[in-house]
Amino acid sequence: MGRTLADKVYDAHVVRSAEGEPDVLYIDLHLIHEVTSPQAFDGLRMANRAVRRPDLTIATEDHNVPTTDILKPIADPVSRTQVETLRKNCAEFGVRLHPMGDAGQGIVHVIGPQLGLTQPGMTVVCGDSHTSTHGAFGALAFGIGTSEVEHVLATQTLPQRRPKMMAVTVNGELPYGVTAKDLILAIIAKIGTGGGQGHIIEYRGEAIRSLSMEGRMTVCNMSIEAGARAGMIAPDETTFAYLEGRPHAPSGPDWEAAKEYWRSLRTDDDATFDKEVVIDASELTPFVTWGTNPGQGAPLATTVPDPASFADPTHRAAAERALEYMGLTAGTPLRDVTVDTVFVGSCTNGRIEDLRAAAEVIKGRKVADGVRMLIVPGSMKVKAQAEEEGLNEVFAAAGAEWREAGCSMCLGMNPDQLKPGERSASTSNRNFEGRQGKGGRTHLVSPAVAAATAITGRLTAPADL
Amino acid sequence: MEAFTTHTGRAVPLRRSNVDTDQIIPAVWLKQVSRTGFEKGLFAAWREDPEFVLNRPEYQGASILVAGPDFGTGSSREHAVWALQQYGFRAVVSARFGDIFRNNATKMGLLPIQLPEDVVEGLQDKIAANPAKEFTIDLEARELRCDEGGVQTFEIDDYTRWRLLEGLDDIGLTLRHADAIGDYEAKRQPWLPVTA
Repeated sequence: MGRTLADKVYDAHVVRSAEGEPDVLYIDLHLIHEVTSPQAFDGLRMANRAVRRPDLTIATEDHNVPTTDILKPIADPVSRTQVETLRKNCAEFGVRLHPMGDAGQGIVHVIGPQLGLTQPGMTVVCGDSHTSTHGAFGALAFGIGTSEVEHVLATQTLPQRRPKMMAVTVNGELPYGVTAKDLILAIIAKIGTGGGQGHIIEYRGEAIRSLSMEGRMTVCNMSIEAGARAGMIAPDETTFAYLEGRPHAPSGPDWEAAKEYWRSLRTDDDATFDKEVVIDASELTPFVTWGTNPGQGAPLATTVPDPASFADPTHRAAAERALEYMGLTAGTPLRDVTVDTVFVGSCTNGRIEDLRAAAEVIKGRKVADGVRMLIVPGSMKVKAQAEEEGLNEVFAAAGAEWREAGCSMCLGMNPDQLKPGERSASTSNRNFEGRQGKGGRTHLVSPAVAAATAITGRLTAPADL
Repeated sequence: MEAFTTHTGRAVPLRRSNVDTDQIIPAVWLKQVSRTGFEKGLFAAWREDPEFVLNRPEYQGASILVAGPDFGTGSSREHAVWALQQYGFRAVVSARFGDIFRNNATKMGLLPIQLPEDVVEGLQDKIAANPAKEFTIDLEARELRCDEGGVQTFEIDDYTRWRLLEGLDDIGLTLRHADAIGDYEAKRQPWLPVTA
């Protein structure tokens, strides 16, 4: 019987399998950051263990770093200690680190692909749930906890059980003005936050094939928001074109050999999935969330839903609670919801293409009075490229703040936070209660919708301008 | 890891679905570099409400959390497991768990017990009617028993159960296969990237 893309990558990494035991799966790339690694390094020290493969490990500072004044010491002493701990650990264990201020620094899921370290057919892990991003290259990539970080550091493997396979097929073409972010928000709303639990999602179909690598990364990034630890897209010419010439991509005869192997990484025609969902791209419109989990979303052109319209009592109760937290009334047109803050950035939408999309909308216009707009590039390299293209000037002229690279307001570990009751339109991935700051209210949107919203101060699609 | 064999204790009903790990432990608590002290951050935002279920006197000292479906979704932060354990929980019951949370829990010896949604709701009703009720979790038998009778059987794979019963550390188990790892490494494709 045929195998899926995920099966092929999984099978190629099984070091050992035995009846009744988890497989030992080899890890090709381990990404590290300051938040989920300190206790893992402590564990190594206590057990007198080394990092088995520092040459397959790379670290960056992203989660709690400030996005202003980065050449000064971090003001928050607790954040500073955590960043300094990462630096000490990387020095002690011989791990390459891109610290704050370094030209290679950035969000862990932006720098891996940017360096060409993320390649088709690899296994990639990180102590961060958005590791699923790297699946856009046809890699098997998933988030792990700190105990597993320690396990990978010590053994370069993880005990794993083969997950179930789920296909999300997106047929047709995305209409003009509808982006990868709208697509993934619509998928999550359809299958729910638990829809992918226990599964790897493979995204397939014409609309997926037409996406750029940036768009594919946005889709795979939010797989975890649908409950799936990993999302994957089969590599193709778009993937190869993105990789060619990157610092760690294969070159010369290796490039050809690698491409030949990568072309085999597709689901066989006779392979079967445990679960299948089909979406018609041509029906989609710009999508936003109204609630406090990423499954609580709706087309921007509609209204805040009435909790009574949910048949399932659990969903109804969740909607009631969400509307109360979000300060929204059922039946309000989503276009009437006003925001205080617009955030463009994160591992979901902090890449160059995202910044271009936001800049295209806001060029020659102004951020509405009383609205603050933060543009936080996903990496220093993205920042440099955007500056080369003059995007920073477009944003500055509109009245937006141009920041340094990091996770920033996606999770509010640094000073970029919402105040209680403040509302944002955010290109990030989670609208959980308090995610962007205690009491903050988050609407997840695409970069284009974020920029249009900044101009009007209300949730707005570019076509509404 | 702390071994888990049997545990008897009182339970607390958390009647909310999609309790994500940002709620279990908000990000501001993740700046610590130690493994301890996270109990103070458990459900930090919700605990500011005196009516929140964990603040109610009848549930003080409860050690089994009985939560709505999709518990532990979102972020991979293992701090969520540490916070629950350090607060005093030994097990969490839910109809569905986030994959990464469930994995993290079994690495640390916090037992995730998955039961059908109507059964979980039934348990929550029972607990609310009598918060003093005691439950016994018997991992060997895969049973959750109520002091007044009533047994729920839950599923957990043999290997994970064995590891939890013995309190075994995964790294030690994997390192028994160090030779196999070395053999695999010798055969990896030459073009695969290195960070050095």
